[in-house]
Amino acid sequence: MSLTREPVQPLELDPRLGDRVRIEPLEGGRQTMTMSMGPQHPSTHGVLRVVLSLDGETVVDAQPDIGYLHRNWEKIAEYMTYAMTVPFSDRNDYLAAITNELALVQAVEKLTGLEVPERAQILRVIFSELQRITSHLLWFGTFGLDLGAVTAFLHAFTAREYCYKLFEQATGARFLYAYLRIGGLRNDVPDGWIEDLLSFLDQLENKYWPEFMKLLIENPIFIRRTRGIGVLKPEVAVAYGASGPVLRGSGIKYDVRKADNYLPYDRFEFDVPVGENGDVYDRALVRMYEMLESARIIRQAVKELPDGPVMAKVPRAIRPYGEVYHRVEGPRGEVGVYLVAAGDTNAYRARWRSPCFVNLQLLPILARGHLVADVVAIIGSIDIVLGEVDR
Amino acid sequence: MPEWLVAVLWAILKATIALAFIGVNFMFLVWLERKVSARMQYRVGPYRVGKPHGWAQLFADAIKMFSKEDVMPAAADRWVWAAAPVVVFAPAVLLFVILPVGPGFGVQPDFNLGLLFLSAVSSFTLFGIFMAGWGSNNKYSLIGAMRAAAQLMAYEIPLVLAVLGVVMLAGSLSLQDIVEAQKRYWFVFPQFLGFIVFLIAAIAELNRTPFDLSEAESELVAGYFTEYSGIRWGMFMFAEYTNLFTMSAIAASLFFGGWNGPILPPVVWFLIKTYAFVLLAMWIRWTLPRIRIDQLLDLGWKFLVPVGLLNLVITGLFLV
Repeated sequence: MSLTREPVQPLELDPRLGDRVRIEPLEGGRQTMTMSMGPQHPSTHGVLRVVLSLDGETVVDAQPDIGYLHRNWEKIAEYMTYAMTVPFSDRNDYLAAITNELALVQAVEKLTGLEVPERAQILRVIFSELQRITSHLLWFGTFGLDLGAVTAFLHAFTAREYCYKLFEQATGARFLYAYLRIGGLRNDVPDGWIEDLLSFLDQLENKYWPEFMKLLIENPIFIRRTRGIGVLKPEVAVAYGASGPVLRGSGIKYDVRKADNYLPYDRFEFDVPVGENGDVYDRALVRMYEMLESARIIRQAVKELPDGPVMAKVPRAIRPYGEVYHRVEGPRGEVGVYLVAAGDTNAYRARWRSPCFVNLQLLPILARGHLVADVVAIIGSIDIVLGEVDR
Repeated sequence: MPEWLVAVLWAILKATIALAFIGVNFMFLVWLERKVSARMQYRVGPYRVGKPHGWAQLFADAIKMFSKEDVMPAAADRWVWAAAPVVVFAPAVLLFVILPVGPGFGVQPDFNLGLLFLSAVSSFTLFGIFMAGWGSNNKYSLIGAMRAAAQLMAYEIPLVLAVLGVVMLAGSLSLQDIVEAQKRYWFVFPQFLGFIVFLIAAIAELNRTPFDLSEAESELVAGYFTEYSGIRWGMFMFAEYTNLFTMSAIAASLFFGGWNGPILPPVVWFLIKTYAFVLLAMWIRWTLPRIRIDQLLDLGWKFLVPVGLLNLVITGLFLV
């Protein structure tokens, strides 16, 4: 079967239905049907719209149409002081608020040359990795839901609830924390928090993770639904600037934690899981094993957590000068902040490099030739957060 | 009193009891599904409305369903769309006619073409589903209807093949005779292959996970019944749960001796075995992810049909 759409004929629109029915000819007099998946759809993870061209149920083309959640936040950031921007960064990727805050505060710290106390550095590592686990747990649940496994979704939320309790104890918030400050952290962790954290890690490693593997990842139906689907070749992944588990699923061992060492990750032993085939299954496996690696990092970080302050002495008004690009490894890939500072309390220019926005470009490549059901699995395997895509 | 009048009154009484049971059973199954899923998902489940165990939840659900607005899409094919829930609903109720609830007990348990009736009436559901999908004028619904057509056709054949093995052993198409024939041993033992084929095909016919492709929430929103709300939506649900009960009852009757059993009354055995299958279907639904349409058709045509035929050959050799 040829998937070519050339030459494209003028559209035949049914005047009664507006542009809802769009029919394009294929070879042999057959026609494709254009179908909108989203912006309100259970599997488009927010407000993504994917315009599908279908030959039966086979995807001829899948074009993501974004912007339904646009909040103009980069421009807003240019009108706020650096400190006031931090809570806003939470809203970017609301499933990885800490990582977004980290990218922003470290960018400002780089600009100003601030030295962050060691305890705060190690705590930032702990919170970043805990956030990665939280995010991957949510991904696991929603990915299961995409494939029709509702129980997996609710089990993942049970585990994730423990993470939220830990965040709530330390930051006072369950979702949008505003916990990191330029120069350190807003407050230290409360007494007994570390013990609770370790208890959660025990449960994650010994109870939840094996259960999740058995329930979904090792399930024959899941394997048949995901292996060989949405294959991303390594060279394509690099060419499109993919990052995070999407890139690593294709076998490229690139992780900003290893490449840039923006936090003292070099003091901890951990592996970077990579896939072999670059399909949906490999991307899923990478995320599953990343959870274990994050737990491994947290355990080492807890052992090395020194006493001391969690906040540096920071001038009341921060007025840096210059420009900086800073990147961190978020759960979905490389989160980058580009700031141009002109000596004011606010940035002259603020731009965000969001991994989902970049990774989402791959959807047409990954989806073509597959079925509608696979599109859902592929979107799930990219693990998009529309807050970050649209900004 | 003339004999014909007695027969008519008796028929009306039986139909009334059957319809009342169908209604109560529907509400019970909805409640049971919630509780089973809650148990499997470590949730507390609906327990607040009425104690113990949220028994009043089903009434709350019913009130909600009746009071919801009945919305018809502007571009729907009006009559086809409106008739679809009825067409889906009718076969579900009709199948109750052949269920052998006890020895000589049921609406028409000694129907000598019972299994033929089952096959003919259960296929009729497809028309309703297709009408819903086509009449909605919604692409998700249309794809759902197409899937349902492919699926129901692919699984009707293995279902019949599985049933034929039992028919060969019992020498009758009447469910009453088939249950009677299992007084010594259940047919699941000589017909194990047939039972596996029947189980898979029955779940596919019921449109339940992992074969719920025609509604497939994560892919097609709700598939063929995306555009239905309120009581019309409720009729689809009603048909789904009633079919679940009927198919479970037929599985229990064909392979597990139906109402046969010691000590307890036959009706109780019938219900125990039937609800065991209902629970099995719920367990499967809340455990497995959904398969894909091509995999579903592969399974039907390339695995279940050959295995069903093999089962018939083995049964034939056994009888010879």
